[in-house]
Amino acid sequence: MTNEYIQQILSDKFGAAVWGFEETFGIFSFNIKPEINTAVLQFLNDEASLSFQFLTDLTAVHYPDRKDEELCVVYHLHNLVANKRIRVRASVPVAQPDIATMTNLFSSANWMERETYDFFGVNFTGHPNLVRILNADEMNYFPMRKEYPMEDPTRTDKDDEMFGR
Amino acid sequence: MSDQNNTQHIQLAEESIQKQTTTLNLGPTHPATHGIFENVLEIDGEKVLSATQRLGYIHRAFEKIAERRPYGQIQPLTDRLNYCSAPINNIGWQLTVEKLLGLTMPKRVDYLRVILMELARIADHLVCNSVVAVDTGALTPFTYVFQMRERIYEIYESICGARLTTNIGRIGGFERNFTDESWKKLDEFMVVFPKTLKEFESLLNRNRIFMDRCIGAGPISAERALNYGFTGPNLRATGVDYDVRVHSPYCSYEDFDFEIPVGTNGDVYDRFMVRNAEMWQSYSIIQQALTKLKDLDPSVYHADVPAYYLPEKKEVYTKMEALIYHFKIVMGEIDIKAGEVYHPVEGANGELGFYLISDGGRAPFRLHFRRPCFIYYQAYPEMIANGLLSDAVIALSSLNVIAGELDA
Repeated sequence: MTNEYIQQILSDKFGAAVWGFEETFGIFSFNIKPEINTAVLQFLNDEASLSFQFLTDLTAVHYPDRKDEELCVVYHLHNLVANKRIRVRASVPVAQPDIATMTNLFSSANWMERETYDFFGVNFTGHPNLVRILNADEMNYFPMRKEYPMEDPTRTDKDDEMFGR
Repeated sequence: MSDQNNTQHIQLAEESIQKQTTTLNLGPTHPATHGIFENVLEIDGEKVLSATQRLGYIHRAFEKIAERRPYGQIQPLTDRLNYCSAPINNIGWQLTVEKLLGLTMPKRVDYLRVILMELARIADHLVCNSVVAVDTGALTPFTYVFQMRERIYEIYESICGARLTTNIGRIGGFERNFTDESWKKLDEFMVVFPKTLKEFESLLNRNRIFMDRCIGAGPISAERALNYGFTGPNLRATGVDYDVRVHSPYCSYEDFDFEIPVGTNGDVYDRFMVRNAEMWQSYSIIQQALTKLKDLDPSVYHADVPAYYLPEKKEVYTKMEALIYHFKIVMGEIDIKAGEVYHPVEGANGELGFYLISDGGRAPFRLHFRRPCFIYYQAYPEMIANGLLSDAVIALSSLNVIAGELDA
């Protein structure tokens, strides 16, 4: 199973809704439209020549500068038999971060989606129990978003102009 | 006894008593949970009907903290994930950054790392397996094997100065060469460990009471385990031979000859046996590494990468370049490439993954830990449903859920 084969079969099936194929540090990655995440992951799972049936990791990344696709949900999938890993990214706007849950396909997605909701506020529609998992229940913001800095922004004694983000 | 037949029994009308279940809080600070996490069990007598898990009691926001720290300073955070095998986390992080920077290590550094990671795996499995025995009521084997864990911690201590949260090694190699003392301690360990492990196994492996307690308790099928994202010994106990060391070799694991032990039923006993067998494999890997090290230059303990590896202190005082590198590394101003890396290592509990996105800045743009505990612990309610309460306790200890890794 080569990268070209995966790219070909996905492009044939989903057309322009799948794009940005690249290999970064040994993992073949691509972007998909968030509306078709269930269809793509189901297809990757069912298609005998692909069989990406193991969900290694599910998380999100917040890119505040990307207009209307600020929150990027990242799936790491693994075909254990062929020992091939891929990364699937689906970006949603931070104003309305809705994406379908993958819990029907992977039981492991349950807590990983809860964690992603907890820290980024991604709304996994259809999730059986989308509540906070690591943070306190009464928290009313999503702490891993970039607008929440680590340090108190009102402090003046720690000037990071020279060193630091 | 004589008037047994004349005893008057109270006769209750049909359905006059409603069947009731009991709610039991197992945790958050119960001795049987081995960590700060909570299970609210719904039990019918001794039978567990359902479990609701709550976690996050020791959540420390490592992923957020990491977004403000220079790369070298993130390593102490990884110590506190699975604190029973901190060197694996440390070295996993170093390997991730080295992958991003494109650094290759000398063979000797790889082998020293392999020795440390396998020692950590042994220490972790010793804790897990001996605690399974404790939870079944056998306290003695625990006291025997903890002496071995103590020896491993002394080896860490003589290498890096710390025992539990080791912060061992650096990006680009080790902070210092292994001391003579550490080699002496390692050699002693290699002599006494097989005897102790053999003794441990002879106390438990074929012990009828232990077998009756463990066989069939907390089972999971291979299919469900894969769907739940199991990795590591817990997955291998179900019969799936997936091991990151073999499938995506890192740190020269391809140079070593070892087996992947697998179980069949995925119950407590299989997990116990797989971990025991893995300790023998780890022992054999360390032996092989010690043999391979004999042919290598013993003075090499880091790669020649001055831009990323701290220079010797005396050179900092005498050489301008060393001073510049020292300053840049300490202030977190090393040149980091932009990139997106996922690097898995075989942690003691399963696939420990580091998903790192760098935008070229001094701190990661995003760092996510794929913590094996967090993912497989979800399956716990399914594994203990319709079992006994005492089986739920040993199922929990045999899964080896470490609170630090669970909550990150």
